[in-house]
Amino acid sequence: MAQHTLSVLVENSPGVLARVSSLFSRRGYNIDSLAVGPTEDPQVSRMTIVLNLEGHALDQVSAQLFKLVNVIGTQEITEKSAHQRELLLIKVAGTSADITPALAGITAEVVDEREGVCIIQAVASARDLAEMVKRLGKFGIKELVQSGSIALELGAKTLAEQTAIETGLATSESHQQTQDYQN
Amino acid sequence: MSEQITGAQSLVRSLEHAGVDVMFGIPGGAILPAYDPIYDSKIRHILVRHEQGAGHAATGYAQVTGKVGVCIATSGPGATNLVTPLADAHMDSVPMVAITGQVPGPAIGTDAFQEADIRGVTMPITKHNYLITDPLDIPKAISEAFYIAGSGRPGPVLVDISKDALQKMTTFDFPMRAELRGYRPQVEPDSKSIRDAAALIAESTKPVFYIGGGVIKANAAKELLKLAEVVGAPVVTTLMARGAFPDSHPQHLGMPGMHGTVAAVTALQKADLLITLGARFDDRVTGKLSTFAVNAKIIHADIDPAEIGKNRYADVPIIGDLAPIMRALASAVEQEFKKRKPDLTTWWRQMNSLRSTYPLGYNEPSDGSLSPQYVIERIGQITGPDAIYVAGVGQHQMWASQFIKYEKPRTWLNSGGLGTMGYAVPAAMGAKVGAPDTPVWAIDGDGCFQMTNQELVTCALNNIPVKVAIINNESLGMVRQWQTLFYKERYSNTDLHSKRIPDFAKLAEAMGCVGLRCESKGDVDRIIKEANAINDAPVVVDFSVHRDAMVWPMVAAGTSNDDIMIAKEMAPDWDSQEL
Repeated sequence: MAQHTLSVLVENSPGVLARVSSLFSRRGYNIDSLAVGPTEDPQVSRMTIVLNLEGHALDQVSAQLFKLVNVIGTQEITEKSAHQRELLLIKVAGTSADITPALAGITAEVVDEREGVCIIQAVASARDLAEMVKRLGKFGIKELVQSGSIALELGAKTLAEQTAIETGLATSESHQQTQDYQN
Repeated sequence: MSEQITGAQSLVRSLEHAGVDVMFGIPGGAILPAYDPIYDSKIRHILVRHEQGAGHAATGYAQVTGKVGVCIATSGPGATNLVTPLADAHMDSVPMVAITGQVPGPAIGTDAFQEADIRGVTMPITKHNYLITDPLDIPKAISEAFYIAGSGRPGPVLVDISKDALQKMTTFDFPMRAELRGYRPQVEPDSKSIRDAAALIAESTKPVFYIGGGVIKANAAKELLKLAEVVGAPVVTTLMARGAFPDSHPQHLGMPGMHGTVAAVTALQKADLLITLGARFDDRVTGKLSTFAVNAKIIHADIDPAEIGKNRYADVPIIGDLAPIMRALASAVEQEFKKRKPDLTTWWRQMNSLRSTYPLGYNEPSDGSLSPQYVIERIGQITGPDAIYVAGVGQHQMWASQFIKYEKPRTWLNSGGLGTMGYAVPAAMGAKVGAPDTPVWAIDGDGCFQMTNQELVTCALNNIPVKVAIINNESLGMVRQWQTLFYKERYSNTDLHSKRIPDFAKLAEAMGCVGLRCESKGDVDRIIKEANAINDAPVVVDFSVHRDAMVWPMVAAGTSNDDIMIAKEMAPDWDSQEL
């Protein structure tokens, strides 16, 4: 099983999340996490999908995704080429003073403390977050919530530009007149 | 201020702008506002008896004309009755637009009367779908729906419109060009893949054209003929591609797959190169995938990039419309052949030997009863290759594919991917509406016929004189064949008793058709000619046939194409073949 991250630009239209998740379920692709949210373009949302592939080529997943009318483009994100982070909120028994030393070296802070518990917020890579959760185990983890991964490619090029090149901009042939609809 | 019209008027005007001339449907509560302007429209609306009939009729119409077929239904059960034809059209890449009424916007999500989330239901079985609750969005959605359905790899698009959106006042502005950021089918192939493909063809000594239904969808039969003759390789046409290449052509080895000819199946298995055009390596063609054409390199041309590498790795993928692909490939191959032209003599000797040793055939029943294959063969021979043949699903479908000779595209319709029993009668109705001057024969089974025959009432009332041959073996024949072969002849629930009940000829008469009966070989020609001579009413002929006839050859499900059987427990004599 190999883990991959796909960045997917989708039209911000109703049902698009259902279409993507229905595709994954129907084709038997396993999603580890999926994060969806707004982008610089109000008409476009960006999904970051982390998936485990067994017996399916990533090309095939991308092609099936791109086949959805509302999907504008897809791109694989690799660790080297992108900055990738997840958000973790965790509720731990103990005081801030007890817990803080355990967070050394991790970008995390205690954001609330009351009734004998602390909420810690951390933004880090999945690996670092797993390490932090391990360290906090000894305090007694009461609740934990973690977002899907989001990522941005390094450098000046954007996903929107890249997918426009990769998939070929509309040619005169592909944009037919209405008269041709019926042919 | 622009003219104010209702959403319903906007819908009907949009359909007119999209070039719709006929649609099949049934009104009901939520779609009712649309039926008022339909009353005044120049679009012919054919009132069917069941929404499934509307859907398959739209498919039949689309398959024959190449246009987008249209069906229309109300919310809830009306819409869910379209699910089977939508799934069918999706599997067979048929351009179709389905319009459904939805409960009023404020009622959506409240489990209102006749509410079904048809957009959610049909997401995995449509190319795309819409839920429209604002009348202003109707023209854009219809414009996009027709563009998406008919372009690229065709498929069904559903537009669900809430009742209040149909009732409200709106303005009309139909976008003549659909602008879709995420939908840009690639039409022109890239030249490198064409060069690579031509180079592979020039190296191959055992090439085979593996032709799928995409060639028919692309209206590219002429281009295929040219390319095939330039290359000189054997051609096989899948169930969806029958008619894409003339059966009479000497390069044609017939249909591959589970019930393909020995020559076609073996050609794929022994090839060193498959020139795959608009086909998708379906399990019914490949048999056990890991043993399929193990020595072959693959050229795979398709307009849908997601088909590339889905089931079988492609050495040379070519994305685009098959017509320009085949034109470019033919000239690239001509150039390559000037440098080097492979010798296919040995390959053709092997294929010709298989073809002459193992032609398609059948044994007449020993008890003197009527042979189903003979009936179907005679219908094809007497009616000829200009007619349209529409099959249901099962043994009769396979025999209609094997024993009717197809010379032209769009003369053979069937439910290939989904395998929808009951497809034939409504699809034949749609085909006849699309080609009113062409004889249309539905070759149906007694099981299939009992699923959708109510549309013969529609045919009788609307002057749609289709002809239906019921190949009546009083059983679910294909299932029975599997029970014979794999379940120790334990015929669990496959006996339909349909030589006793119903009386098909009387049923036909009751539905306003001419009902005929045929029980002996001597009457077959006369009755087919009698049916062909009737053009003012639908005709149903109940051919009472032998129930134990089986479809051969056969590659059992899940086994290798190498294990093809030509009769029960009888494999071809491979030792006598030079392969």
